[in-house]
Amino acid sequence: MIILGQIAAFIVQCGRSVLQGRTLYWAWLGFLAVIITLGIVTYIHQFNVGLISTRMRDQVSWGFYIGNFTFLVGVAAAAVMLVIPAYVYNWKPIKEVVILGEMLAISAIVMAELFVTVDVGRPDRLWHLIPGLGTLNLPTSLLAWDVVALSFYLLLNVAIVTYMLFSLHRGVKPNMAVFVPLVLISIPAAICIHTVTAFLYNGFPAREFWNSAILAPRFLASAFCSGPAVLVVLMQSLRKFTRFDIPNEAIFKIAELMAYAMFVNLFLLGAEVFKEYYSDTEHLNHMLYMFTGLEGSTAIVPWMWISVFCSVAAFAIFLIPGARTNIPTLNIGCVLIFIGVYLEKGMGLVIPGMTPDTLGEIYEYSPSGSELLISLGILGLGSLIMTLLVKISIPIMLDE
Amino acid sequence: MLHKRTPHTGLLALAAFAVAGLFLLQTGLSVTALAASTANAVGVGVGVDPHAVPVPPPPFKDEDVFPCSECHDVEDEPDTTRRQLEMAHEEIVLEHDQENRWCLDCHDANNRDHLRRASGALIEFARSYELCGQCHGTKYRDWKAGVHGKRTGSWLGAKQYLLCVHCHDPHSPSFKPLEPLAAPMRPEEIR
Amino acid sequence: MSRDVTRRQFLCIVAGCAAAAATGCSDFTHTALFRDNFRDLSPAELKDILADLEKKHSATYGKQVTVGATPALDGVEFGYALDLSRCIGCRRCVRGCVEENNQSRDPQVQWIRVLEMDSEHGINLEHSDPYYDAEKVPEDGKFYMPIACQQCRNAPCVKSCPVGATWQEPDGIVVIDYDWCIGCRCCMASCPYGARHFNWGRPSIPADDMNPATHYLGNRPRPKGVVEKCTFCVQRVRKGLYPKCVEVCPVGARKFGNLLDPNSEIRYVLDNKRVVVLKSEQNTQPRFYYFFG
Repeated sequence: MIILGQIAAFIVQCGRSVLQGRTLYWAWLGFLAVIITLGIVTYIHQFNVGLISTRMRDQVSWGFYIGNFTFLVGVAAAAVMLVIPAYVYNWKPIKEVVILGEMLAISAIVMAELFVTVDVGRPDRLWHLIPGLGTLNLPTSLLAWDVVALSFYLLLNVAIVTYMLFSLHRGVKPNMAVFVPLVLISIPAAICIHTVTAFLYNGFPAREFWNSAILAPRFLASAFCSGPAVLVVLMQSLRKFTRFDIPNEAIFKIAELMAYAMFVNLFLLGAEVFKEYYSDTEHLNHMLYMFTGLEGSTAIVPWMWISVFCSVAAFAIFLIPGARTNIPTLNIGCVLIFIGVYLEKGMGLVIPGMTPDTLGEIYEYSPSGSELLISLGILGLGSLIMTLLVKISIPIMLDE
Repeated sequence: MLHKRTPHTGLLALAAFAVAGLFLLQTGLSVTALAASTANAVGVGVGVDPHAVPVPPPPFKDEDVFPCSECHDVEDEPDTTRRQLEMAHEEIVLEHDQENRWCLDCHDANNRDHLRRASGALIEFARSYELCGQCHGTKYRDWKAGVHGKRTGSWLGAKQYLLCVHCHDPHSPSFKPLEPLAAPMRPEEIR
Repeated sequence: MSRDVTRRQFLCIVAGCAAAAATGCSDFTHTALFRDNFRDLSPAELKDILADLEKKHSATYGKQVTVGATPALDGVEFGYALDLSRCIGCRRCVRGCVEENNQSRDPQVQWIRVLEMDSEHGINLEHSDPYYDAEKVPEDGKFYMPIACQQCRNAPCVKSCPVGATWQEPDGIVVIDYDWCIGCRCCMASCPYGARHFNWGRPSIPADDMNPATHYLGNRPRPKGVVEKCTFCVQRVRKGLYPKCVEVCPVGARKFGNLLDPNSEIRYVLDNKRVVVLKSEQNTQPRFYYFFG
């Protein structure tokens, strides 16, 4: 009975936190509401006419949605993997870093799953994926594995965050015998989701661009660049807008780790580029399409060079200690690496992987307005979830 | 279709079923469903003697052209010298080893209603494949097996064969180019 | 098992109401929305579903439509061979296939893709063109290679489907349950032959041209948002007929039969001709062979 009362009080406090805020908060929510509504309206249209409202076709059967999905799985994985250094270096606000990371992971996974939902032709049949009700094709289907991994990961993070906040709310010290194992499980689970997502692509020998053994390591490396970039910016804004005390030292440590990750990311990309260009087999076509265009089809080329430029520039910034410990340049670096990885995973992985198609045809895919609006709506919804989670957790964590 | 059949086509279909049944027995297949043969389909299994291959009648361009003996009077002494035809059939341009052959290498000089083998033996027009098979042995073998040329009907029973000349003009046998059907739509055009 | 069914029935009722209320979309309500995977259906359930489909399609197309579910014949494994020396690229097979298999005319869906290739390059997909538009075919310096589902023994599409909506039948035909497919398109990403096609929009077939003799796993009308592909004309071949493309090919380039029957045409091809399979390095082990007759 007592626990029920506490839950009720917890929920009431959550509601109160959400409904209290400054003008900027409400303006931000209003903005998110607008893009979410636009996304929903556009999705209803797509639902009725079918995926013909996208520019995906048989030749390029996955596009912007799946690219976003892949990127967001990376963000979700990296946010939690940051827990490792937090423990190793015994950062001061470790609890906050962990919770922030887990909340980012929750938002990112929700967005990733929504991107899959809007990408399937029969969202009404997604229940076929539920074990017991449907027929999950294990162990052979990697998408089936991805469903299992992502669902488990989402539940795990929701459990950790809820438990932590609820304990803090009650003014009880979290039971470390429960909390620590859950957090420790979430780390390999984070590596797992991004590896399985990489294997999803990797497991298509028909698509030689993806059928490379270093795809999973590349996924992890790029995720370790983009995920922390989000967190670094987020931590600074929390420091600015709330009484949160996050020392520079923690942020700079993350920046240092990002520098290593960026090096590995660029190194692996270089290894891939060398292999394809030097071998000069038919498989090079995908990379040619990406970097120079193929048979006059060059739609994606500028985006890919922007991505390369951003990643290299960010690496340069993060490589120089003076630059990565200077807040303005650090933030520029974070934005650059975010753009670099987003373009690489959002466009540079999926589209060149399917162009030319398996019969050698080149179809120039670029997302339709409908795809962009729906994607924006999902990103808005994810941002809303993150905003509300942060809004709820701050007073609890600050014990207000 | 099964219950509205004239006695004649019924008999043919019955024969087709019988042959198909024999074929099934021979291959030892246990098959539950067998297609209803079309009235004209002729039952023949792979490996069955081609002499028993009844095929649709030869595709004469002009129905009045056969029998040839209507014009080619057997009483007349045929002119067997190789020459350019002027009085009739001048529209036929031989493009079939024409350096070495002419009309009477395949058409029998004394019996125009028949073709002739190199040996001089007569061949009915309905069995012209035997004539073609003299030179085109491997194609003939493939045709008998059902692998050269078009087959319709049933993969496990009654098949419809075509004569060589249904696809190849014997005087100019290369397959003539066709107009292709429309190209598929490009993905950009599918909206 | 019975607990499963109860749970599913419960879900049907709850989700059915929710879906109907939320979408109001008739497209989703008149398909058998909450039924099992085809392979798990009891004979009685299947019978009901087939009857429902027949009623629905007969009403839609204004003619008596039959939806069969003839199972694979015993002792039969289908094989296909295409004679590249004969094919002239006339695309008669494409039209025959579209008409026989009720492929959508708009948006256009075609299971057979005829590639024009340069004689100079040999079989080289990177130099192929499906959009050739010649006055007459074959053109000099070109040859033609039609490609459809290769009915792989080691089918990557079957492996990648997350819900088991596509599988290989005992006679070797890879089929799709159009009412179980979720439209994720993993199978399309995994197919090395571009043989799988997605219904990007609502498929449309003119009522006059609709072929009413259909098979559940073959040419019955498809809903939007699902994947489809060549089934060797399952509705024909399980009755002993040739696939439509074999029947309409004007040059007799297409050969079909039972791989297990030593006297079949297909076995004659394998025994007497040298055959190649497309992309053998993928280890898909196609039942579709190309040969030079």
